[in-house]
Amino acid sequence: MPIKTEPTIINLGPQHPSTHGVFRLRVSFDGEKVINVEPVFGYLHRGTEKLAEERTFTQIVTLTDRLDYESSMTNNLAYVEAVELLANVSVPERAQYLRVLVSELQRIASHLIFTGFFLQELGVFGTLLMYCFRERENVLDLFEMLCGARITVSYMRPGGVTQDAPPEFWKNLDDLLNKLPQLLDDLENLITDNEIVLARTKNIGILSPQKAIDSSVTGPILRASGIEWDIRKANPYEAYDKMDFNIPTGSNGDCFDRYLVRIKEIRESINIIKQCIKSIPKKGPIKNSEVPFFLRPESGEVYSSIESPRGELGFYLVSDGGIAPYRCKIRSPSFINLTVLKPLLIGWKMSDLVVIFGSLAVNMGEVDR
Amino acid sequence: MFGFGLLKALWVTIKNFILPSRFNAYQYPDRKLDPVSLAQKEQKNFFLFILQSPIKVLKSLMGLISNKEYVPRNPRFRGQDFKWYIERCTGCASCAKYCPLGIIEIQTSSSHDRVTEGEKYNIDVFDIDIGRCMFCGLCVEACPYDALHMGSGFEEATYSRNNLIINVETLKSAPKKPSTWFRPQLEAQGYNPQKDKEVPWNEVGRHVTLNKTEQGNRWIRKS
Repeated sequence: MPIKTEPTIINLGPQHPSTHGVFRLRVSFDGEKVINVEPVFGYLHRGTEKLAEERTFTQIVTLTDRLDYESSMTNNLAYVEAVELLANVSVPERAQYLRVLVSELQRIASHLIFTGFFLQELGVFGTLLMYCFRERENVLDLFEMLCGARITVSYMRPGGVTQDAPPEFWKNLDDLLNKLPQLLDDLENLITDNEIVLARTKNIGILSPQKAIDSSVTGPILRASGIEWDIRKANPYEAYDKMDFNIPTGSNGDCFDRYLVRIKEIRESINIIKQCIKSIPKKGPIKNSEVPFFLRPESGEVYSSIESPRGELGFYLVSDGGIAPYRCKIRSPSFINLTVLKPLLIGWKMSDLVVIFGSLAVNMGEVDR
Repeated sequence: MFGFGLLKALWVTIKNFILPSRFNAYQYPDRKLDPVSLAQKEQKNFFLFILQSPIKVLKSLMGLISNKEYVPRNPRFRGQDFKWYIERCTGCASCAKYCPLGIIEIQTSSSHDRVTEGEKYNIDVFDIDIGRCMFCGLCVEACPYDALHMGSGFEEATYSRNNLIINVETLKSAPKKPSTWFRPQLEAQGYNPQKDKEVPWNEVGRHVTLNKTEQGNRWIRKS
């Protein structure tokens, strides 16, 4: 006579160290095997889209800092791009290069956080996280030098950026660029050939290219599945059409590839920053002086997207001719990338669940908005 | 070879453990020093330090020696305690209009005092609710006469939320060490609010001087 068994339901979160914020997973287990997953979110909902409807176009920049708090520069950029398209505002060339530079710096910082926490989820407690944070600190110091804040930067404005870089910024940037490749070599020595990491991540949580496209996954997760899609190349914004860089792709689409693609992207980012420093105009305006404080774009709608460290970050703005947008919809990459969570997790063991979820690198500030 | 990757990883951690250039543990500066860190600060061997200066060791054990360094910040750091020059403020409330959260409250009254460009206003209320402020610096950006500046402090914990509302008196009496955020004229002098002296109101300068049409177009473009 077979023994009657029932699935065990376990709540992972909302307060759990490996859920990256306040995120809850209701997981049904058959023994140790995952048979059903039900993500519950909304714990960090702040109503950004609604708040944006009663703020002027410049004031919303401060709200976008708080979406994906690990990459506020790219959030600023995505929003500002949409406003410029809506109001038909041109951007000076030096500002374009500065924007590319800071968003690549932000990509480095964000991917370093990912690497640290990814290894944390495998059980490497603290050590590697601290190495990554040590280098990220240098990037944040650069941001502080540039705009006075480390996380909530509010650096960009419709029509340009707030302030030009001080002279010591370029010196510190050079120091950082000389130091970073050595750290990346260290990281690769630590992780890439490590047998324990390989056993935990290789062939775990495989996402097929077809499935990735069907679920409209973007960013490093899509590229890890072997699809060469990057908005920086496909639809270049700012000064990206003048940059020469590769799109790193994975072959397998497993957790290990998602890590490797990000490490390779950091190297490409360093490459882009070096090109930026070389070709940035030495002098020139950094803000379009015709943009007033209270921008009043003509009525219309616009969708514009950029490649944020997590994928395609898009802003859909509707204007009715007033000083505030009529509607501001945010297409956040973390939220869309969560759609593959259920098909990825089902069938794997409990300890793989944490690794697969960590490799998606969702940010709850962006999921809940 | 199996296990080679592990050895390589261990070598990295050993390198980070030994090489002094990889150390990155900064202690909070304004703290009481224990004998070990005091010896470290004076760059002496700990055991020699005990023998040479036992009084210092005793003092530090009693918690009498503290580190007096400041946390390094950049001059543009947007911090707490706004710097406000009443002599420069016209009460135009540009900052209040531009604040995304609406936390600046200004009330003015007529002083019946005629000056060249019109009437002078008394500023009765100038409240900034720092408890809700997110230090975006938009108010500083909007100020046309450079009366309001960001500060550079960050240790402003209080016991009550009401103490976080800063009013005219607090703003008047605060040390005038403005941050150079959005103030290129201060930056050009190489001003650093952590190290340098206070700046009087007549030496702050203007970050922008606009003519009449530019002033009109500053808020809403009229074409």
